[in-house]
Amino acid sequence: MADKAIYAMYDDDDVLKDGAKMLVSKGVKVNDVYSPFPIHGIDPIIGIKNTRLGIMSFIYALVGLALATYGMWFFMIDDWPMNIGGKPSFSYKENFLSFMPITFEFTVLCAAHGMAITYLIINKTLPGMPAQNPDPRTTDDKFVMEFRMSENPSMTQTELVDLLKNTGMTELDQKDI
Amino acid sequence: MEFKVENKAKRFTLGLMIVGVLFSLIGIMMNYSDDNFVTRFLGNTLVNSFFFFCIGLGALFFLALQYATETGWYATVKRVIEALTGFLPVGIVLLLVVLLTITFMDGGGVYIWMDPDMTDPTSHHYDEIIDGKSGYLNKTFFLIRTVVYLVTYYLFYRGFKMRSLEEDRIGGTDIHFKNYRRGAHFLVFFSVFSSTSSWDWIMSIDVHWFSTLFGWYVFAGMWCTTMTVLVMLVLYLKKKGYLPKVNDSHIHDIGKWTFATSFLWSYLFFSQFMLIWYANIGEEATYYILRIEEYQALYFGMFFVNFAFPMLILMSRDAKRHAGILTFVGLIIVIGHWLDTYIMVSGGSLGPTATIGFLEVGMAVLFLGIFIRVILNNLTKAPLTPVNHPFLDESIHHEI
Repeated sequence: MADKAIYAMYDDDDVLKDGAKMLVSKGVKVNDVYSPFPIHGIDPIIGIKNTRLGIMSFIYALVGLALATYGMWFFMIDDWPMNIGGKPSFSYKENFLSFMPITFEFTVLCAAHGMAITYLIINKTLPGMPAQNPDPRTTDDKFVMEFRMSENPSMTQTELVDLLKNTGMTELDQKDI
Repeated sequence: MEFKVENKAKRFTLGLMIVGVLFSLIGIMMNYSDDNFVTRFLGNTLVNSFFFFCIGLGALFFLALQYATETGWYATVKRVIEALTGFLPVGIVLLLVVLLTITFMDGGGVYIWMDPDMTDPTSHHYDEIIDGKSGYLNKTFFLIRTVVYLVTYYLFYRGFKMRSLEEDRIGGTDIHFKNYRRGAHFLVFFSVFSSTSSWDWIMSIDVHWFSTLFGWYVFAGMWCTTMTVLVMLVLYLKKKGYLPKVNDSHIHDIGKWTFATSFLWSYLFFSQFMLIWYANIGEEATYYILRIEEYQALYFGMFFVNFAFPMLILMSRDAKRHAGILTFVGLIIVIGHWLDTYIMVSGGSLGPTATIGFLEVGMAVLFLGIFIRVILNNLTKAPLTPVNHPFLDESIHHEI
């Protein structure tokens, strides 16, 4: 699988955004953009789909809710029945109000941790993982647009580079993958 | 762009007022001979004047919050918020008239602590608890506090309005920074007054009962209603072709406020309820025992409508950008919060005999008609998009 990646570096996120708009209108497929901070409105331009992290968060929250409910029932009603606020009914249904805060906290805990860990795994940025960005300066003050020649079969490398030269980029780099 | 009140809107609000007056008259004739009629009538005027006053006050609070935090996104909807605060002069007068009437009628059964018999040790109505509270809960101090709250709110309202129009003419950042300081000042006053005023006006109806959380609970309900009314008003104006600079992201943001403040209200409802339920102390539980035993369906129905409804429907991103869904949920939340205010006031003043009949519906519809008419009139008084707001450009390019 010989593929060639082209990296165009920019000084300014607005220049990059305008460049990306121009390139996409010419039919170029942008593979990814590396940036030190989120660039507003870049996702729809380069055709990145909406994240599904929200759906995962909902699922993690449901898991948290179920675990907390089961846990509270087991600890406080089943395994060691507790007299709650002078109401010794020993029934989850009648005492569920006192379990609500814990249930809520645990739901949030599961949703938040689940989301954070999922995010790190999907982006391959768990602590200790090798860096994915093409140039260390994209974590500082530079912005890089990445193209794959295999995703742009209709043009040659020189054609793409000619187009890129009109976008105000500062550096060009390429890599065989 | 200048806003003009359509004839259709004028006829609609007039219709609301006429229906309201008719229903109220029918209600008055039907129930005139009841023992509790005076209390019921005064309680109703208090419910409605307080509820609609709170929408205006919530808008003033929200405006001050935006000033104090130097927010940018809201600049294109600022005039709509200001139009909502424009109900304050009317709302203040209505509320003041109601509170003065109730005071001069020795409480009229709404504020039983105003009855002189309650604090007279020789009377057989003597109530030791009320007498113990009479250092704070007495007519003179009550009226002084009421006037101080209302005058403070009015002065801040007038200042914000004046400076907003001045900014349109002069521009620059001086007015912005003045608003920034005044917004922060307002929040300081409001943080105290919002609590104490709801203790005075609403919590003192259940005079033996107390809850320090009550002020925040009333405030959260008021904020939620304001954001809901705001989103519906913005959608209405947008549908009529005004506010061309307001985009989906602005609607989404106000939708998020509706969603979030619904949660804030539910959180405070639950906090207040759970602590009292858990502690199980007789004098604290009376408030809930009455409302749960006599109005179970209404009370928990109200909680369901104000909590589960917005939570389930407004959770997704698309729903918060959909005009139809927002309006539908908004109307239901407003009714839910009106019911909340109704149960707070009438549950306390009428005890187990409160019912929603012609009188209640009629008065609410009458006040609603006045409210909408005043708001729409206020929208015509200034350009719908501020001209020189320093963050206008940021707001026009707002995207989330």
